[in-house]
Amino acid sequence: MTDNGTPLLQMRNIKKDFFGNQVLTDINFTLGAGQVLGLCGENGAGKSTLMKILFGMDVIRETGGYSGEILIDGKPVAFHTPFDALTAGIGMVHQEFSLIPGFTATENILLDREPQKKTILAEVFGDRLNTLDYKEMDRRAAAAIQKMGVAIDPNMTISSMPVGHKQFTEIARELSKDQLKLLILDEPTAVLTEKEAEALLESIRNMAAQGISIIFITHRLHEILAVCDKVVVMRDGYVVQDVPAAGTSVEDITRWMVGRDVQSSSAQTAVQIKNTSAKTIMSIQHLWVDMPGETVRNVSLDIREGEILGIGGLAGQGKLGIPNGIMGLYEAGGTVEFDGKKIPLNSPRKCLDASLAFVSEDRREVGLLLDESLEWNVAFPAMQIQNKFLKNLLGGLIKWRDEKGIRSVTQKYIDQLQIKCTSSKQKAKELSGGNQQKVCLAKAFALEPKFLFVSEPTRGIDVGAKALVLEALKQFNRDSGVTVVMISSELEELRQTCDRIAIISGGRVAGILPAAASSEEFGMLMVSQVK
Amino acid sequence: MGTNKTAAAAEKSRFQVMLEQFGLPRLILSGFLLLLLVMAPFVGVDLPTQITNIINRFSWNAVLVLALVPMVHSGCGLNFGLPLAVICGLMGGTLSIQLGFTGAMSFLMAVIIATPFAVLLGGGYGLLLNRIKGGEMMIATYVGLSIMSFFCMMWLLLPYNNPKMVYGLSASGLRPTISLEGFYDQTLANLFKIDFHEVAQSLHISLGPLERIKIPTGSLLVFALLALLIWAFLHTKTGTAMTAVGSNPNFARAAGINVNKIRTLSVIMSTWLGAMGILIYQQGFGFIQLYNAPNNLTMPTVAAILIGGALVNKATIANVIIGTILFQGMVTMTPTIMNAIVHMDMSEVIRIIVSQGMILYALTRKQEGSK
Repeated sequence: MTDNGTPLLQMRNIKKDFFGNQVLTDINFTLGAGQVLGLCGENGAGKSTLMKILFGMDVIRETGGYSGEILIDGKPVAFHTPFDALTAGIGMVHQEFSLIPGFTATENILLDREPQKKTILAEVFGDRLNTLDYKEMDRRAAAAIQKMGVAIDPNMTISSMPVGHKQFTEIARELSKDQLKLLILDEPTAVLTEKEAEALLESIRNMAAQGISIIFITHRLHEILAVCDKVVVMRDGYVVQDVPAAGTSVEDITRWMVGRDVQSSSAQTAVQIKNTSAKTIMSIQHLWVDMPGETVRNVSLDIREGEILGIGGLAGQGKLGIPNGIMGLYEAGGTVEFDGKKIPLNSPRKCLDASLAFVSEDRREVGLLLDESLEWNVAFPAMQIQNKFLKNLLGGLIKWRDEKGIRSVTQKYIDQLQIKCTSSKQKAKELSGGNQQKVCLAKAFALEPKFLFVSEPTRGIDVGAKALVLEALKQFNRDSGVTVVMISSELEELRQTCDRIAIISGGRVAGILPAAASSEEFGMLMVSQVK
Repeated sequence: MGTNKTAAAAEKSRFQVMLEQFGLPRLILSGFLLLLLVMAPFVGVDLPTQITNIINRFSWNAVLVLALVPMVHSGCGLNFGLPLAVICGLMGGTLSIQLGFTGAMSFLMAVIIATPFAVLLGGGYGLLLNRIKGGEMMIATYVGLSIMSFFCMMWLLLPYNNPKMVYGLSASGLRPTISLEGFYDQTLANLFKIDFHEVAQSLHISLGPLERIKIPTGSLLVFALLALLIWAFLHTKTGTAMTAVGSNPNFARAAGINVNKIRTLSVIMSTWLGAMGILIYQQGFGFIQLYNAPNNLTMPTVAAILIGGALVNKATIANVIIGTILFQGMVTMTPTIMNAIVHMDMSEVIRIIVSQGMILYALTRKQEGSK
């Protein structure tokens, strides 16, 4: 609590937009030396963008820079590259590890900053032939580890370390920089076990005691209460709360994170009543899916005919694994019954034959043939699975592509979904993200399925396209009576579109709520089993 | 005036689009080939003979280049394992002669006998390639070298005894080069052959130097037929699936396609076409070449399709035709012209420099479509 004099970091009126899409508006906060600031907010609230601005990442500059001021020790700074930020004493530990697996902790900690010994060869050929001063390296690495307050073996290679120790190595690397004043930790505990997380929190306290300021981003709210001096809650690009951690509770933070006026999220009560009497069209029992980063452990879920079911939850909790597992893209087990019949898992073809369709969250890798025309993208699955858009020659011996049929169906969806393109022959890779997403939807619509999984339909697309995509889904559900399961990280979007919303946490269903339920209830479910 | 300007700009951009589609490398090579053709008469090289030469070489090689197309479409990359296909063709050719067939019949039998070999070996090769996705081209190279070495032994050990093919002294083991005279030498080339000399004589006119042009119509027709079949195949449901598998295997899998099955099919098709390709090559060239020869055609074939503008996972019939003409044209014309200019017999040296240089250039142009 050394908040006297000039604070270490001040952020003043930070604004940032991506191509007219406002993601940060008037961000203001201050951070004193030796303070720990907990930064929380839903996915997409703007936390990462804010940290990228602070760290001078290239993306920010490439997308038109930002406005507002960052002051360090009372002096305005402008970082053009992460190197500038590093020199100014800012260190960042990213969610993904950037370590060399075959090197020891010491070597990783001091990589490219190793103390060196002069050699004779270096006199002739320059400094590149200096040898490393291993004794000094050991000393510095040990000092950094000491500072962190956690015992890790500096001589262990990264590849043989448990995940937690890798995380600590990353932190130690930042600590070994003498000029370090501010450390940003981006969800450092997400991959850690409870014990390791505990150790990390302890080390955060240690570092703060030594005068290093820390910005701590996490979804585990109780950790914020445990170590932070103040909490900043962001939502939709605004700082909605900036309070001392002492006087708050997990419930408070949750409400601030997801809290919107309940009446604004159009509760669909009318639809709700209709649906409670509808029969169950898909019944999922004890589903497990081995999808890296989105493991599903045990999900049982009944989906009613004609409804739009939302599946929400924080990233990495397993919500994406559900459709990918059922549609056979990742190894899965358990039972799935559709329309009274069992669907064999691990076979995409069988699911598609049963009139299921899936719009993948991974547009570029799974969703599209980037190098082919829109016509191919839209018509391909329908052609292969239902023999649509084919002309039978020689009594069905030869199945010839019906270019005319393909063009007309593509044109139909281009008009209907307002896909912006030069023609139906344009290549999919030339379209913008939003329009690519519409092509993915058109592809699924062309199958005329009875049941549609849509995974992250609005990821990475702008607001206008978002509204259109969601409206198209609703319309498809309404007009064709198709049951839709929509998986999204954005709770608000689910509440606007869906009838019921299941929240997935830790690979299990934490609970199912009607869309009209209050934000706190959703928030509680999201963080329920994460602890 | 303003409208004129925009019209000119539009015209220019259309020209640029055309240029982009054809590709700068092809434009330069075509220009160079054209220059060689124009230079020919001035340095005392007989142009009609050279043109006949290019057409002949095209007719020998085009089917081999075409054989790469199915595997490229299914994403198996360029078939550096072409020797495998060539061996299938060699089995067909040698067995047909061993069984005593002669003339055109020996060619037909060679095709028939090569087919089961191509299906079986191609199938096995396909299964192998399915296990090493991402490293196809490297593995394919070694598959080609291994099978070639294996057959180096087989040619000696298999009980061939036709005196036209085996070593004279030991009366066993196949000779490295077997003449096809009396068998299927020029079988296709002579079919509907257009010899301008004969045409001129029958019409009682003189065509001058053009009389030295001969066109191997039959070989060209067979290539056209096979190319048409591939083109048609790529327009069917299965052909569409094959292209999609090559374009994005994840997409194809999510659309319910059995990716491995399609890939295996493409490898079998490539192997069979390769076997046909070598038989057509032999009937034009006039000899069966064994032992280390199967690998001699791999690089020129791959280079031809790359020069034709194919990507590692995209190739069209047009790429095959343009690439083969450009590659074979350069390889035949350059040494002849250079020889005539320097008046020294360096044709072999220059041929090697040009053909290897073209291969090197083509391989640097190897690129994949975006994922």
